[in-house]
Amino acid sequence: MTKMIGADIVLESLKRLEATTIFGYPGGVVLPLYDRLPAHPEIRHILVRHEQGGGHAADGYARASGKLGVALATSGPGATNLVTAITTAMMDSVPTLFITGNVGRNLLGKDGFQEADITGITMPIVKHNYLVMRAQDLAYTFAEAAHIATTGRPGPVHIDIPKDVFTEEAEFEWPTTVSIRGYRPVLRGNPAQVKRAAAIIDAAERPIIFAGHGIILGRAHEELRTFAEKAGIPVLNTLLGLGGMPHDHVLNYGMMGMHGSYWANHAASNADVIIGLGMRMDDRALGRFADMNPTAKIVHIDIDPAEHNKNLIATVPIVGDVREVLPQLCDEVAQRSHVEWIRWIDQVRDGHRTSMSIPGGETLTTQYVVDRIADSIGTEGVVVTGVGQHQMWAAQFMRISRPYQLITSGGLGTMGFEVPAALGAQVACPDRAVWTICGDGGFQMTFQEIATMVDERLPVKMAIMNNGYLGMVRQWQELIYQDNYVAVAMSQPDFVKIAEAYGIKGILVTDKDRVVDAIAEANAYDGPVILDFRVEAQGNVWPMVPAGASLTETVESREEIAQLLGQPIPANPEPAR
Amino acid sequence: MKHTVVALVEDRPGVLNRVASLFRRRGFNIDSLAVGTTEEQGISRMTIVLDGADGIVEQVEKQLYKLIDVVKVSDVTHEEAVTRELALIKVRCMSEQRAEVLDLIQIFRAQAVDVTPNSLIIQLVAGGETLDALVDNLRPYGIREMVRTGRIAMVRGNRTTAVHEQEPESAQRFHLESGRRPEEEHLQYVSK
Repeated sequence: MTKMIGADIVLESLKRLEATTIFGYPGGVVLPLYDRLPAHPEIRHILVRHEQGGGHAADGYARASGKLGVALATSGPGATNLVTAITTAMMDSVPTLFITGNVGRNLLGKDGFQEADITGITMPIVKHNYLVMRAQDLAYTFAEAAHIATTGRPGPVHIDIPKDVFTEEAEFEWPTTVSIRGYRPVLRGNPAQVKRAAAIIDAAERPIIFAGHGIILGRAHEELRTFAEKAGIPVLNTLLGLGGMPHDHVLNYGMMGMHGSYWANHAASNADVIIGLGMRMDDRALGRFADMNPTAKIVHIDIDPAEHNKNLIATVPIVGDVREVLPQLCDEVAQRSHVEWIRWIDQVRDGHRTSMSIPGGETLTTQYVVDRIADSIGTEGVVVTGVGQHQMWAAQFMRISRPYQLITSGGLGTMGFEVPAALGAQVACPDRAVWTICGDGGFQMTFQEIATMVDERLPVKMAIMNNGYLGMVRQWQELIYQDNYVAVAMSQPDFVKIAEAYGIKGILVTDKDRVVDAIAEANAYDGPVILDFRVEAQGNVWPMVPAGASLTETVESREEIAQLLGQPIPANPEPAR
Repeated sequence: MKHTVVALVEDRPGVLNRVASLFRRRGFNIDSLAVGTTEEQGISRMTIVLDGADGIVEQVEKQLYKLIDVVKVSDVTHEEAVTRELALIKVRCMSEQRAEVLDLIQIFRAQAVDVTPNSLIIQLVAGGETLDALVDNLRPYGIREMVRTGRIAMVRGNRTTAVHEQEPESAQRFHLESGRRPEEEHLQYVSK
């Protein structure tokens, strides 16, 4: 054992955890830690431009790499700036570690300069948090924190460290194991429950799989495919579950939910057995709970028992890691092929493809741009989105086929996630093409991180779907609030000039025939690129399940939604600027 | 319906905050909450009385289990259990009424624990309904002050609600000691 100061213990601990990439921003109370960074050259510190950006970057890094993402901030405002990023990671169960400094122990609770009760603030938005009061506790805290963040249902863990703990001396003793009696995640499914589930699945005539983020977090995509193929069951994805099944797999029917396909939502509603895999039965995926296929039997497999019976009552709940439970279930179920049921879904699909297709004509649309980007980077590229219309179109048309080909803020729906998360993804995957599909609104929330990309030579391609509106808000105001456009039109800066200001490449695209060339030009450029696509302003994402409606009420046009809501058909005039 | 839920938690800074925050966040209504030490060093026992349907209580239990510091949760509502609350009631009572009041509280097996010429403090340990009944009977005399604890409960018979798992020594030490503020005099003043 060696004696060292708290700052060195923190950095040694991160090395033991192989979490050697930190997205951070310095400030008064973390200076003792920064002071020691040069003595630990194995640690790569990436200086971001805003703590929220650092948090999202750690999130994007964690998703793209499957490793623990780490963000570091100072006390007070530095720490509170992390809150949105922590909540984003919590809602999407991303294994992340957030480290903050705090004022010296003598000043805690005295409202000193830049003091915030950050452990009190983060308590409801983390999987667990710590305030470390002695340097001798640091190593154990980091070991335990990383264990909690990366096992079970992953999530963010926050460690708050007073300034004088960084400078206090203690023995560095790295624990060989951690033991927490209040935390024992169950990984294998209960065999009796698995048998009950298999019996229900074998008796099903119209079974369907809802594949969620758990498939991707648990890297259980192979297990999912094997199970679905043996039991002959069609697969629907939640937004975060996209990539759990290859896009072109014959059993894959794509995304369900608010902007899922008509056929997916109707397959979900007409199934007699629902198999929820690593998903939390969210309202955006399922529509109105009371009318979510009330007659279907539900087999719900999730590592978090609190998700069972929370929104829908499960006929057979199974607690466990989908990667462990799926092979168990696969051994028990009979080989089947539900030919008639699949033919029924295919027929629905054949009749409703147009509502989810890429518009023809001369107009430059987001759908078209997304499709061309998908074409150019293939499934090996990574696409990170913001939140809104462009996110839904990316989900619909990016042909997501592998885990974390798509990185998006699903649960919290955080605008401004895209640019910093793409930065983090590029750090994790230096050899992959990383594109971010941005909205013109979300881009302006966090694009300060371009400076970080320049410093770190991260060649992220940022495609802004610039329609001059908060597109999804505009869509709702048109369709649900009857053309009452309020606070939705936005003037935009010249994004090409912003690119110039940062010393990166900027490309303006106004015509459809320029799209392919512009994407190729961006891909060929060795550095970050902003592409300003001036897309159609008044496009709507179809199909749509209005908030509070049931999946059977999936509508495909303005006429249908007006009829559903009992409102006149919106005229859709151009909103005033 | 009222449920009595027992939670055994690690006795660590912030654990009460975590539990209270969870109830607030998920919209569960707490009627009463009693916290105290247990037979096991480092484990505190929370007895929570809450109002809600069985499905809500299932969620409460599962959400409590998600807290890392919560080791065991048990709904004892439908168990054969001893449940007790303690009340101290300061009641207006002139000397000439004293015999009458003492007679009355005798029925409830309550005790007078303080007396002045014009008041009494009455103490009762009992189930909640008995306490309510005593309060109703004392109200005509004039209740000047009252304090009641939350309910505590223990299942009858040989079965126990206890933590049986011992952690390795290093983990136990960490869980008992970490996060607590060291004595102030050992701390040097560190400026911003």
